[in-house]
Amino acid sequence: MANARYRNARDQNLEAVAGNGLIDRRALLGRGMAFAGAVSAGLGPSSAAAGAEPLADDPWSLEVGDPMPPYQTRSKFEAKVARTLSNPNNEPRNSHARTPHHLLEGTTTPNGLHFAINHGGVPTIDPEKHRLVIHGLVKQPLEFTLETLSRYALTSRVLFLECGGNSAPMFSPQPLQESVQALHGLVSCAEWTGVRLSTLLEETGIDPRAKWLIAEGADSPHLSRSVPMKKALDDAMIALYQNGERIMPGNGYPMRLLLPGYEGNMNVKFLRRIKLVEQPALSMYEARTYSQILPSGKAYRFYFLQEVKSFITHPSHGMALKGPGLYEISGIAYSGTGRIEKVMVSADGGQSWAEAALQEPVQSKAFTRFRMPWRWNGGPATLQSRAWDEAGNVQPTRAEFVAARGELTKPPPVLSFPNQHYNSITSWGVASGGEVKHVYA
Amino acid sequence: MFTPERAIFAASLLLAATVGASLAETPHLGKPIDEAAIANWDISILPDGTELPKGSGTPAQGAVIYGDKCALCHGDKGKGGEAAALVSDVEIAGISASQKTIKNFWPYATTIFDFIRRAMPYQTPRTLSDDEAYALTAYILAENKLIGANDVMNAETLPKVKMPNRDNFIIRFPDRI
Repeated sequence: MANARYRNARDQNLEAVAGNGLIDRRALLGRGMAFAGAVSAGLGPSSAAAGAEPLADDPWSLEVGDPMPPYQTRSKFEAKVARTLSNPNNEPRNSHARTPHHLLEGTTTPNGLHFAINHGGVPTIDPEKHRLVIHGLVKQPLEFTLETLSRYALTSRVLFLECGGNSAPMFSPQPLQESVQALHGLVSCAEWTGVRLSTLLEETGIDPRAKWLIAEGADSPHLSRSVPMKKALDDAMIALYQNGERIMPGNGYPMRLLLPGYEGNMNVKFLRRIKLVEQPALSMYEARTYSQILPSGKAYRFYFLQEVKSFITHPSHGMALKGPGLYEISGIAYSGTGRIEKVMVSADGGQSWAEAALQEPVQSKAFTRFRMPWRWNGGPATLQSRAWDEAGNVQPTRAEFVAARGELTKPPPVLSFPNQHYNSITSWGVASGGEVKHVYA
Repeated sequence: MFTPERAIFAASLLLAATVGASLAETPHLGKPIDEAAIANWDISILPDGTELPKGSGTPAQGAVIYGDKCALCHGDKGKGGEAAALVSDVEIAGISASQKTIKNFWPYATTIFDFIRRAMPYQTPRTLSDDEAYALTAYILAENKLIGANDVMNAETLPKVKMPNRDNFIIRFPDRI
């Protein structure tokens, strides 16, 4: 009885802010979460203490540990935290590696877990021999090396990078029973360091007729995309570093184009050529792949922008809650337009909403982690998040999204890309037993 | 920091630079290179035919090359296999991208030449001659009945091929271009 009284006393400090157990986010700031473990375990201190084993030294406390390696890797116990691969045997087609958001926290995607898509395998590029040429409608074509570019004034930005086809399984008319990794694993966030493209273009000079540039990679498909000069002169970067070290091979080593907030495929990897031109090339990836069929039968061209999106990572599909009590709902929000302004969370399928706490710093075109305390009462719940960006753009509900962009007539294979630029609310249904599943709400 | 103000300022600097009045202090470590030295990499074709090389090919010539170098993945007569179909009469109904074909979706025939020459054959890209790339482009277009069986594709004729879906696109965010 003493324990019950203890819990009740503390519970009164936690103000309900929306239906089905959402608690004021200020509970995250102080002592609110400090006792969450005890409450969610459903056991008071004295009852737990009664049967406790005496503490003993474990084997690792009784012997000298391993030598430190020059380049450290994570604990062997973390091996399950891995990307999922669409083409592990490198068959002659493209390959995708998806980020396991449900097994990560914070806002930085570790380099080994950053998503990647490659269309002709991962090239092995000798950084001493790699060249970047800038030519076309310029005053003087120039050739750069990794060494020369590394001597320029560098700039670092934390940026999300998202495939235009991320979240495409949600075009399905029924919710695919897949994890957040399968649904939303083609987005990641890293600190990229490199040279502003505008700096290099100052040196080549720009012919005023140039309205676009064509960026091309040194990979076997020589992947090429057209980019408006407007973006090139705004915030485009030639990235040389990813989270402080040289770019991972699958992410574009030794250099790639970065176009903050624009669809991943345009951020050309293994960048070897930039040509300034008057008109876009309508390369295969822009004329076919990254043009989206609309319900009217017409198709979008040059979508480019990755619009405001959020999804809950904890808890999410495939997890199981272990009994009623306090939990933290957390997830990721981002927008290609700028900073995240706010994220609202619902535990009752959108009937009521409460504002989540945003983890500082909230940066433009970067992941923002949101958190919301939640007391699960053991009954059914439907968890959702909805983001707003600083330009006033709001993440659509699924109904709003489908009304504008349509949906498929039957469920697609989870690894297919039936359409692109999907950004509606994601819903996770929590059953009475604690099982979490993907639902539409 | 990147700001619109700075971008506008940078853009004005660039315009100044083009008339020879460079104001920015940057390392200038780029090595001048002339277009002739870049020519082998300069493979992007524009939809109006700009940069299409000399050379030509016919559907009949393309059929032979196709059988040797393409059919293994793309199937007999381009009907599809491990890799996408190149010849199809599928019509688009609904929003699924799986229905997109060269005939019903690709807006410009120049894209076919560009992609073949830069990326195909998948295992040995950049091994086709320009004549072979023209011939394969002609073969695919003819099998799709987008050109006649005896039409020659070259820098003059290829950009004039009218692709059925050309005028069916909407620019998503015109103010970003």
